[in-house]
Parts: sequence; structure tokens; C-alpha cells
Amino acid sequence: MEPLLEVRHLKKYFHAGYGTLHAVDDVSFRIPKGSTLGLVGESGCGKTTTGRSILRLIEPTAGEVIFKGRNVLHASPAELRSLRAEMQIIFQDPYSSLNPRMTVSQIIGEPLWIHRRVKDKRELERKVRELMEKVELADRLYGAYPHELDGGRRQRIGIARALSLHPQFIVCDEPVSALDVSVQAQILNLLKDLQEELGLTYLFITHDMSVVKHMSNTIAVMYLGQIVEMAPAEALFQKQLHPYTQALISAIPLLEPGGWKDEKALKGELSSPIDPAPGCRFAPRCPLAMEQCLGQDLPLVESAPGRFSSCLRAKEMI
Amino acid sequence: MGRPQLSIQDLRVEYHTDEEVVHAVNGISLDLEEGESLGLVGETGAGKTTTALSILGLLPKPNGKITGGSIFFEGKELSKMGEEEMRKIRGNRISMIFQDPMTSLNPIFPVGEQIAEALEVHFSLSRESAEGRAAELLELVGIPRNRMKEYPHQFSGGMKQRVVIAMALACNPKLLLADEPTTALDVTIQAQVLRMIRDLKRRMQTTLILISHDLGVVAQICSTVAIMYAGKIMEYGKLEDVFRNPLHPYTEGLFASIPRLDRSQRRLSSIPGLIPDPSNLPSGCVFHPRCPYRMDSCSQVVPRTTEWKGRKVQCLKYQELS
Repeated sequence: MEPLLEVRHLKKYFHAGYGTLHAVDDVSFRIPKGSTLGLVGESGCGKTTTGRSILRLIEPTAGEVIFKGRNVLHASPAELRSLRAEMQIIFQDPYSSLNPRMTVSQIIGEPLWIHRRVKDKRELERKVRELMEKVELADRLYGAYPHELDGGRRQRIGIARALSLHPQFIVCDEPVSALDVSVQAQILNLLKDLQEELGLTYLFITHDMSVVKHMSNTIAVMYLGQIVEMAPAEALFQKQLHPYTQALISAIPLLEPGGWKDEKALKGELSSPIDPAPGCRFAPRCPLAMEQCLGQDLPLVESAPGRFSSCLRAKEMI
Repeated sequence: MGRPQLSIQDLRVEYHTDEEVVHAVNGISLDLEEGESLGLVGETGAGKTTTALSILGLLPKPNGKITGGSIFFEGKELSKMGEEEMRKIRGNRISMIFQDPMTSLNPIFPVGEQIAEALEVHFSLSRESAEGRAAELLELVGIPRNRMKEYPHQFSGGMKQRVVIAMALACNPKLLLADEPTTALDVTIQAQVLRMIRDLKRRMQTTLILISHDLGVVAQICSTVAIMYAGKIMEYGKLEDVFRNPLHPYTEGLFASIPRLDRSQRRLSSIPGLIPDPSNLPSGCVFHPRCPYRMDSCSQVVPRTTEWKGRKVQCLKYQELS
């Protein structure tokens, strides 16, 4: 099947005075229409930069982003504007991503004005109310300001805004990280319902392994700017073909009295993303590291049907 | 078994502002034996941090006030103690780890000095011997002693939290309050820090209150758990009992809201509605507007704490059954 979105060899480097920070370093994936790719990893792994580079909210250094057969990175400013109507984003922090001086209806309605999707004020009002209903925001909040609302309701505003132009693709960048667990469940359900109803395609970015498993068809695990493993969600949790994914999953505090089953804690911390040496980025912390892991970059290869890993020893883990 | 080391009876705390009165803690009771580890779980605004601050006498002044109940620690009533006396206990017999390691360290002093400070104040140690002990404490939390002279910004988030833990343990506290100690950390670093807290707690025989919104985190180290909601304890008992068979409808809803790794679900069963406004709490049971099992009486009668199957539950359903 033709993917809705394909990312090829995406790179984003930031130049710091003392070297080059490889935030995203040769990332490739495809997302079929109507499905969700979960992008998971710890802070600083480049997941947010990947999401923003795809939408050109930051300009990537190199690579291709093919959306419905067109390369987003070559789009002119006018083309980009119309593309953005089809590619939207929901931000992590519902406190800082909403203009505090605008009312709920102004925030949700702004894209409709900008893209001239409505004829007059009356149509605008009707569409805004429809969107509010779709994300289950009470009608009485039409003229409210963001500060009057809690995090869950604010995130609903962000979702309504993202939906206003009928996009096909939405980057969900940690949309529930700032929310309490009972509200988180409400928002996750809403995102799933909307996906089903509208046939949406998601890139779902999160650091939370339980959330990513719940939301995704396919999961890509990032470490220091690179995807180290990619697999169907269920399969990934049954068996991991990269030592970093293994460590990540065994570190999850389970809801089981008595604690971790596996007492091996991952040693050490992230190494620096500035001018990384060629080779596996995880090798310094890896219990299985060998000499061959260093010296050359390791591409993601299909180690088993439908399962991709960059680990040289992936076959041993099958 | 003698009397509990820490005993909180019917504690009530309010914050007064110009416009409103915020009812942060509304009559909670807890008893901790020496060496016990209690998990205090709840969502934002449940009153977890306020409870910890009340124990230490650190409620923001003049807005925060204990309006009822008592807190006894080792037989002394903390809630009646003067500032002078409280100071001798705080950071010495009872210490606290705060959520954000970035803000609980002073950026302009080397970490070694900050750990040594508590020892100089409480044990009147000389600068030299305090720093010697600080170096030992750093090693205890897995930081090489040659990093003593470094400043907080030279450490990663996980390392900073280790420094904060070393500070909290400096005076061999009898009671350690840890307020979301790993919330700001990545999951692999969280696992390292939690294991360290668990091992140090065992070794030092410290009593621990671990405050967290994450039931998974609490499951790793605690033996008892109290589930808080709107300033009340909804359910309190052995961790194993509460996790295997939650009784209170709120506890049940909380568990059902969490996406599970061990099964697949299409939808999560969320708790409908929102956490109540603490300046305008619902009548009767505070959870009744969101409760799937609510009865007519739930909006009128405030449930008492009921003993049921070895734990304490605040719910009319169990009150009637018992």
C-alpha cells in the first residue's frame, strides 16, 4: 500500500559553537494511511525534532519528506501553506501552546479564517461549535479563555484547532504528558475515536511506553537521533530485537506489587549528541557491545519479517 | 508493636486567599511504623504535597494553615511545635526530597558544600569533617567523590537528583519524604534512582513516604499505599491488597485509566468528569459526581472511614455492608 507519509534519510543538525549537534541523524519510516506510527524515546533522542522537521516548523538539514507523493521539503511558501492545512500538530503543553489573550472560539476559528474556509461570521461560529462538540467541549465555553480551563480541556482546544482544516495527518507531540492519568485516558480515547471517524493518520510522539503501545500500529524506538528498532506494536513488547529497547521496556515500573521482574538496571547515561563518533550510539551502555559495533554507522535492517533493528546481534535475540 | 513513629490524625489544611478558601487536605489519618514505606498516590491537587509540607511545617505562610487534627512524630506533636524546635527536626530527623532536582539545588555553590551544610548545622561538624562525610554520601549515591567541587549545572538530571538524595540522607533521617522524586527523569534513569532509594532505605532503616501520581513507581518500593482524592484518603491498606483488588470506585477507575502493557484494549475506561475545585468541594462523598456506583445518599452523607477486608475505605457502599 502507498504510504500517506514517507520520511527518507531525514537529518537535522544544529550548529553549536563547539561542534555539531546531531539531533536527527538519518531517520527513515513510512506511515500508511489511517494508521499510527509511535515514535518513542527518552528526552533528547530527537523525537520532537523529527516531528517538527516533517512539518517544516524547523527546517531539516537533509532528507526527503514525501506526503501524498509530494516532497514537503521542496514546497514553496505558498504550497507549504496549503500543505499545512492537511498536516497538523498537537503540542505537548496545553498551557503554552494556546494564546492566553484569545478565547476558545477565536483559537479554534483562527485557522478557518486564515485559510478562508468560511464565508462569514455566522458560518465561522457554526463550524467552531461543531468542532467543539466533536472534541466534547461544552458549548458554554465558547467565549472562555484558556486560563479558565484545566489541562484536559485545554488539550481538547488544541485538538479542535488541529482538526479545523480537516487534515489527513497529525503529529501528536506528547499530547498527554502534562495530564493526570484519568484525564489522559479521556484524551487518548478521543484521539482514537477521531482517528476512526475521520480516517486520520498519526505520528504519535511520546516517552511513555504504555501510551505508545496503546496508541500505535507500528513503533519506532529512537536513541540519540536514530531509530534503533521498528516493529509492529504488539510484537515489539513480546520480543525486542535491540538491547536498548530491552532496557527501555524492562525499566518500566509495572503495576505489579513487588517491583521489577528484571533486576538489571541500565548503566550509565546518554552520551553527547555533539559530533558523535561513527558506530552504534548505544554501544557505551550496551551489555552486548562488541568491537564491530564501533567504527561504522549501523543502518536499520530487516532482522525478521516486518521487524527492523540496527543491532548487529539482532539475529541472536530472535 | 509500640506506638507508631508517625501518626497523623484527622489533619485538615486550608489555603486562604483574598477570594477563596482552598480546602487542600480534609481530614486524613495515617499511622506509620518505623521502617515502613508508604506510597501516597493521587492526581494533581489531591493534597499529597500539602500533607508532606504540613509534616515538615513548611506550609506557605501566611496562606497555608493547619485548621484541624494533629501530627505526632516520635511522640512529639509536630503541629504544635515552634519554629526553633522544628528546625532541629527538619533536615535532621525528617528530611524531604523534592520533585525537581533543578530547583532544589543552589546553582552558585558546589554540590559538596551543599551536602556538608546540613551536617555543619545539625551536627556542629567542622567544615573539614563535614566535607569528608559529604564525599562519602556522594559515593553512597553512586557519584565519584572527585566531583564534590562541581556545580549543579555540570550534572545531568539523574545525577542532580542523586545529589539531592545524598543531601536528604546526610543526617541519617528517621523519616524521609520523597515528593515525586523521579517524575522529572527518563524511564531508564528513573529505574536507577528508584532502585537506589529502595536499597538505601533498606540499609538505613528509614521510614519512607513516597508521593507519586504513578502507581507503577509506588509498586516498586512501597509496602502500604494510600489513595488520595480531593484532600481525603479514599483507600488505605497493604499495597498488595489494594493493587490486586481495589475496593474504592476511585481506585478502581484510576487503575482502569492506565494503558496496560500486559493486555490490549481498544479503549481505556476513563473516569468521567474532572477533579473537583478544592475551593468548592461537592457535598457528601467528594467523588460522588464522577462515581459510576453512586447512590442517592452519596450526595448527602459524608462517608466515614470503614475497615473492610484489612484496609480502610471511605465509601458508603462499604459503610453499609459492614
